[in-house]
Amino acid sequence: MEWFLQYHYNYLIYVVLMMIGLYGATAKPNLVKKVIALGMFQTAVFLFYISMAVKKGGTAPIYWEALREGQPYTNPLPHVLILTAIVVSVSTTAVALALVIAIKKEFGTVEADELGEFEEL
Amino acid sequence: MIAPHLPALIVVVPLVAGLVALFLGRGHLPWLLTLLVTWAVFALSATLLGRVLVAGAPPVEYAMGSWPAPWGIVYRVDAVNAFVLTIVSGIAAVCAVFARLSVAAEIPAERWRFFYSAWLLCLTGLLGITITGDAFNLYVLLEIASLSTYTLVALGVQKDRRALTAAFRYLILGTVGATFLLLGIGHLYMKTGTLNMVDLADRLAGLQSDRVVLTAFALIVTGLGLKVALFPLHMWLPNAYTYAPSVVTAFLAATATKVGAYMTFRFLFTVFGLRVTFDFLSADVFLIGFSCLAILVASVLAIRQNNIKRLLAYSSVAQIGYIMLGLGLHNHASVTGAVVHVFNHAVMKGGLFLALGAVVYRLGGATIGELRGLGRRMPLTAAAIVVGGMGLVGVPATAGFISKWYLVAGCLHGDAWPLAVVILVGSILALLYVWRVVEALYFAVPENPSLPVREAPLALLVPTWVLIGASLYFGLHATFTVATAKAAAVALGVGE
Repeated sequence: MEWFLQYHYNYLIYVVLMMIGLYGATAKPNLVKKVIALGMFQTAVFLFYISMAVKKGGTAPIYWEALREGQPYTNPLPHVLILTAIVVSVSTTAVALALVIAIKKEFGTVEADELGEFEEL
Repeated sequence: MIAPHLPALIVVVPLVAGLVALFLGRGHLPWLLTLLVTWAVFALSATLLGRVLVAGAPPVEYAMGSWPAPWGIVYRVDAVNAFVLTIVSGIAAVCAVFARLSVAAEIPAERWRFFYSAWLLCLTGLLGITITGDAFNLYVLLEIASLSTYTLVALGVQKDRRALTAAFRYLILGTVGATFLLLGIGHLYMKTGTLNMVDLADRLAGLQSDRVVLTAFALIVTGLGLKVALFPLHMWLPNAYTYAPSVVTAFLAATATKVGAYMTFRFLFTVFGLRVTFDFLSADVFLIGFSCLAILVASVLAIRQNNIKRLLAYSSVAQIGYIMLGLGLHNHASVTGAVVHVFNHAVMKGGLFLALGAVVYRLGGATIGELRGLGRRMPLTAAAIVVGGMGLVGVPATAGFISKWYLVAGCLHGDAWPLAVVILVGSILALLYVWRVVEALYFAVPENPSLPVREAPLALLVPTWVLIGASLYFGLHATFTVATAKAAAVALGVGE
């Protein structure tokens, strides 16, 4: 356990952040807060990917001298993947906020419980 | 020159067209482009299907940018995804014909180009998910499809402002689902060091029970469950289908959840493999359990609905249950049934929602009250609804019967006759909700007899009847669909 906390605490942080995000995205009544929480939820996953790429004492894979001396390097692929996922996340936030603005204009509120009165279930 | 690049063109053509559509002004030009592109993509997909179905032919592979697998992204087309590609592009092509009048009636003219742009991007995403052989590429295309879907649903705002809240709810749940999938794919990469699906399957096959793989499995199945709307993760679906523009509902109901079902097949059967999925993780237990709940609960909920779009949306949740039931049983007959139901349900539900689109075009809504007495005033549209509804029940000589036949055969083959009973009860419940519609159409007096209502224009009737006619045709001549579904089942590793 101590070993886990010392070397893998970022995995713990990602899970905690992710669960806060999931809670907020589903339980918070305010739509803007939902969007913020959704962003947190996605960012936690980025943290997971980046943590996974780390190698102890690893260098960036572009330092040729270090690599030639046999120093290990950090896996660049998860970084590239997450760059794509960040773009996706930004687009999602943009679409979500655009929807929130449209909802505010149409209904005059961004609180889910007030909006619920308009919804047919 | 084109032939070797056929798989890439299926995705690239709608992607570029989606961008071009934005610059075609406010007239009908974006629609014309969409029409041309969808039919072209349909032709390309059908060609590809023909190439894959040749007996003994290997899967068609295409390395993007000539980077070979497993380093580059490859497209890999076998009988399963060639079939789904043809379904998706075919439905898109038929819906595109329907779209001009329906969209003109439901969406203001200055938004048409945005609508068609989003639609083409959505098509790009759905086709890309289906064709790709790379797990991360699948996630990216899934988000392309989803983001454009949220926009398409929200564009129903002029007809009913609740389209916005429906789209927002879909966005939250859809993003949570996709992010679970992303996390699951990350776990797979952490364990195996690869993202190529074939490569993943190879490396996972050698593993015994492993906690990282188990976590990845749980995350991916939850994510996919949200995307296919497997009960009880279907909460986003009824509102999104009810308030989206009519043609979008038809397109999504016929394609989006089908592509989700394809992803589930691909991950569970190809990537994790039958041995890991069913022998080690016993996924069949909860897949079958939730499928039965989906069939029973969603059908009961459908009976109570007054808005027919919502009624059919709940029916969709039930029909997804049938597909997942066939998947969970994982024998040759049941998987054949599930794959053929992907096709049959796409055709039936697409046709039904297009028929409702025609009703909305004439009457402005599609509640049970508005349908009253429509059998005499819009005879052809009403007949289409009846024939499509019979397909949902599974009456012989409709396509729905073929799927249920194979699903029941799969239940009996797997010594699970109680599941056959669930399918029969589901069919009876379907009969009840379809009967409510039929009763309103033919045995009720119109709410407002003085209102002049004419039959829908040909531009709406023809695409509706193309799909409804196809559901009859493939109910009587099921050789092609069943043979393709069998080839797909074999490609998924479930031989006879």
